[in-house]
Amino acid sequence: MATTDPIALVDHLFRKQAGQMIATLTRTLGSRHLTLAEDAVQDALVTAMQQWPFRGVPENPEAWLFQVARNRALDRLRHGRMAIDKEPAIVWESATKEPPAAAPLLRHELPPVEDDQLGLLFLTCHPSLAPDARVALALKLVGGFSVNEIARAFLSQESTIAQRLVRAKRALRDEQISFGMPEPADLPARLDSVLDAIYLMFNEGYAATSGDQMIRDDVAAEAIRLARMIALHPAIAAPRRGPGYADSASRGGRTWALLALILLHAARFPARVDSEGTLFLLREQDRRRWDSALIAEGMRALDRASAGDHISAFHLEAGIAACHAVATSWESTNWTQIVELYNDLLELTQSPVVAMNRAVAISRIDGALAGLAALDAIENLAALDRYPLLPAIQAELWREAGDADRAIECYRTALRLARAAPEQRWLTSRLSLLV
Amino acid sequence: MPKFVLLLRDAGRHDAGMSPDQMQAITERYIAWRNKVQQNGRSIMGHKLHDKQGRVVSGAGSVAKITDGPYAEAREVMGGLFVIDANSYDEVVELTKDCPHLDFGSIEIREVQPT
Repeated sequence: MATTDPIALVDHLFRKQAGQMIATLTRTLGSRHLTLAEDAVQDALVTAMQQWPFRGVPENPEAWLFQVARNRALDRLRHGRMAIDKEPAIVWESATKEPPAAAPLLRHELPPVEDDQLGLLFLTCHPSLAPDARVALALKLVGGFSVNEIARAFLSQESTIAQRLVRAKRALRDEQISFGMPEPADLPARLDSVLDAIYLMFNEGYAATSGDQMIRDDVAAEAIRLARMIALHPAIAAPRRGPGYADSASRGGRTWALLALILLHAARFPARVDSEGTLFLLREQDRRRWDSALIAEGMRALDRASAGDHISAFHLEAGIAACHAVATSWESTNWTQIVELYNDLLELTQSPVVAMNRAVAISRIDGALAGLAALDAIENLAALDRYPLLPAIQAELWREAGDADRAIECYRTALRLARAAPEQRWLTSRLSLLV
Repeated sequence: MPKFVLLLRDAGRHDAGMSPDQMQAITERYIAWRNKVQQNGRSIMGHKLHDKQGRVVSGAGSVAKITDGPYAEAREVMGGLFVIDANSYDEVVELTKDCPHLDFGSIEIREVQPT
């Protein structure tokens, strides 16, 4: 036992280890014991919290936690077997060939981190689950977030998230989805399902500045971590020339495009809100506060994304984010290229949100009235009825066009729809300039 | 240097439902406190006591009465103990004032009588 404690534990050590331990235990025990693995890991963390204050932090905290979690899992398995049935002992021994009474684990004996986590990620993001269930389950199991934290990130009730998790786990069990990387034939569909979940996870963290910002930043950071992990996995990152190359190149391309997209957006985080919680729109942001390291990584990722022939929505969105990232100011942004990318994206997605953003880009080239006309021309505009950003944009454009009355009216509509405090403050301050 | 025993009583904390982040935050507060004690040049060691087992032996003469824990009826359960070397009660009290445990229970300080 250490006589002197470390100054502090590694940031988010417990959260990171939780995901890692659940992944490794699920691999060894099988996906049907997912909940058991989860409970054993929770037990191990509670034990650490109860013991480390008194005994000090063990020399190798990761190995200590893993050992305790593994022993707890074994205890639960044995107990469960005795309580439920007399089925011959099979589970642990046959699955792992490890002696139940384990000697202390050393660091080098810990299993490779990424493979297990990817295996768990593919399990939690199985296509049979709804996208929001995938995100919640991945955050819970791979990311080590609690139900309460996920609920705060989703602006949702804790009971709603808990139910969603229970249903998702039941579905995985009922359909006997197994842990691990999918077979090569299944990989494209399974990977798409994972990438969509990561995209949603990032948006959940990125979306406006509502709710608990700290937890939302953590959720966005988790999405980045997972995207990096997938992009760097040999099966996805470095397709070999040969049969199936085009397939795997486009698969890798989509992954790299997603990584580029979220990195380039995340690079702007530091400039979005100041310490008082005041919101800054892209055009108002101090671009010197953008994270240049993330931009550089994002641009490299975008470069790698173009290896395949296939252009996905991720590619187009990453391209747009890149246009902003390299522009030194709002005015000098390459709006022509952005409009072109939005044209392609709109064709691909038919999304009214995309159309709305496209209209803003058009207004930068052809003026505010052209932007307003493009907004009016959106086909399914009604889908944006409750979306405060639409009237906010209209208000900005009317103001630019010199029509204060219409601008005021639109700001007021936006204020009625806005739910997050920073948005409301921003809208109120804009409105006060005109009234 | 005199030795002092700190008996930590838990008033109950809902450990099972905490998030990994919350649990780490609590652990870190104790670590920081231990570091502070050590930085003051005082040696500190601790023991966590099992929550679930315990025996109380009582009775006089030849018949000992043995009661099993846990002491569910007790308002506060002894969760663990620290032993700190210090000059005086005053010094230990001062060191204990910002112990994170005070958020979860109470601490009884007793000096070990030298033999």
